[in-house]
Amino acid sequence: MKRIVLMGNPNIGKSVVFSRLTGTEVITSNYPGTTVDFSRGKARLLGEQVELIDAPGTYSLQPTNRAEEVAVEVLRWADLIINVVDATNLERNLFLTLELLESKKPMILVLNMWDEAERSGIEIDVKGLETCLHLPVVTTIALTGEGIKDLVSRLNEALSPLDTRILSEEEKWIEIGRITREVQKVTHKHPGIWNRLSEATIKPVTGTPIAMIVIFATFWMVRLIGEGLIAYLFEPIFELYRPLVMNVSAKLGHGMLHDLLIGRIIDGEIDYVQSMGVLTTGIYVPLGMVLPYIVGFYLALSLLEDSGYLPRLATLSDNLFHRLGMHGHAIVPLFLGLGCNVPGALSTRTLETRKQRFISATLLGLAVPCTAKSAMIFGVLGSYGQSYVFLVFATLALVYVAAGLVLNRVVKGESPEIFLEIPPYRRPSMRMILKKTWMRIRWFLSEAIPFLFLGVVMVNVLYTVGLIEWMGNFFAPLMEGWLAIPGEAVGALLVGFFRKDLAVGMLLPLGLNAQQMVVATTVLSLYFPCVATFAVLVKELGIRDTIKSAAVMVTTAFLVGGAMRWALIGWG
Amino acid sequence: METSITSLGVGAEAQVTALLGQGCSFQRKLRTMGIREGKRLKVVAIYPFAGPLVLDIDGRQITLGRGIAQRIMVRVED
Repeated sequence: MKRIVLMGNPNIGKSVVFSRLTGTEVITSNYPGTTVDFSRGKARLLGEQVELIDAPGTYSLQPTNRAEEVAVEVLRWADLIINVVDATNLERNLFLTLELLESKKPMILVLNMWDEAERSGIEIDVKGLETCLHLPVVTTIALTGEGIKDLVSRLNEALSPLDTRILSEEEKWIEIGRITREVQKVTHKHPGIWNRLSEATIKPVTGTPIAMIVIFATFWMVRLIGEGLIAYLFEPIFELYRPLVMNVSAKLGHGMLHDLLIGRIIDGEIDYVQSMGVLTTGIYVPLGMVLPYIVGFYLALSLLEDSGYLPRLATLSDNLFHRLGMHGHAIVPLFLGLGCNVPGALSTRTLETRKQRFISATLLGLAVPCTAKSAMIFGVLGSYGQSYVFLVFATLALVYVAAGLVLNRVVKGESPEIFLEIPPYRRPSMRMILKKTWMRIRWFLSEAIPFLFLGVVMVNVLYTVGLIEWMGNFFAPLMEGWLAIPGEAVGALLVGFFRKDLAVGMLLPLGLNAQQMVVATTVLSLYFPCVATFAVLVKELGIRDTIKSAAVMVTTAFLVGGAMRWALIGWG
Repeated sequence: METSITSLGVGAEAQVTALLGQGCSFQRKLRTMGIREGKRLKVVAIYPFAGPLVLDIDGRQITLGRGIAQRIMVRVED
């Protein structure tokens, strides 16, 4: 099968073009480095079935981070290249174009964001560009789909470059200067409101308060949506569902099957959090407690991503992250990780060195609670009082900074400085936001529900065979002596490897007081990432660094847990 | 007068005259982001505590660390 590869600089809409050509849904945003791995899709083009590959963006064919390495690797598989170019930034984008020409593969050039170029007073002579480069050139507005048909119909014109002379870098820039002078005319436009907003949000004096407002508004929005959905949608639904499961429970009677499906009946009622049955807790935790916040979080995140605000936030927070051994772009893994650690860990690829990736991934697994975990901390600890919830999150934030300061000193290697392109602000499209949120919710459901079922089954099996009791006794000196929580809490730590949300729920029946609950949820948050994240860490860091990273997490969890016990409960 | 971009104040405009040191991959990265000899740029923001600088080149903003910025030599326009 013929392979067509989409290549281009970061954040110029390759993934949108890809999505248009294949009908495949991929996550797109307005910041460089959204695509960190390639995606494949199939389409009928050129009268045959072809495979399309969307490569991560790169400025040149000499990669500077792992995402760019992927792009260079993918290029080798190409039978035909679609070089997507940002029409608002022709000159800069042409460097990669000239490099791609040297691969001597058939190529077609796509001038994307044609509308934005026109709006900002840039005129490009398309015919002239075709003559200069000896390539077919089409113009597109991928976001609306304009020009995609044209691209498809002209794919067969894709040409192998004639001029085979390899240019040196310097010669390339001279050539680029010549081409742009010939085909591009820029009329200066007065800076509009977006430009002024852009300046205000990126200057430290005005940008910092704006950032605080934005972050506060984001979390407020997440809670508003989450709590609203719970109160008005999910709670009523689960109350309707209750008689149904009670019925099933009565029909099943006592026995293994009842324990597995329904779980324990507490005071003659099903307790959705504590019963631990597949049909009760197994469904309630992901749908009734976590999903509402997932919806809220991903709606908010999509707004931040598509507007183009994240790179501004990266700039504003660079000073802090630089002291933690990373740079401002590390805010992206952090924000993605607040949704789910898995995409967060994947996005550490956009950081340049091993040191930065190691620190970023370790702090992520350690102190960045995913929405599932956060929702459960809110749900479970919230009933003891909001101040306890705050205490846990404040501790996590403190651990993030403190561990970062230490790791920056201990971990060997370079931490290059920030070097980040700030995209123009764009008004997010409601359709895209909803589509993206829906994709992520679907992904959450397909990941969370199987693992939750597995977790629930495991809890039942472990209790039945007495392993949790045995381990509880075994670890009692550590848990009780060091953390002042019952040995049985080890069961939650075990299950936490599969699903943290379920594990937080498992703390409830232990009858802990508020202080013990704070210590337990903090340790549960810190000690280890879930299995899905762990698998990504192994892939991204390698097994050796993952073991080191895990050792940092376990050690930190027990040190911080002990310190909190000392502060909250004392040693008496 | 030729000087490093870090010695300019916010709002200053200048023309790039040279990119100093540190291998071709460093210079390539700067050039592919639009920072090249002959280009005009404007300082949009300077962060305190040796933080990053924000530059405007061809109407596009770029954030870069102080150490990188130090190696961009410019001529100030009158």
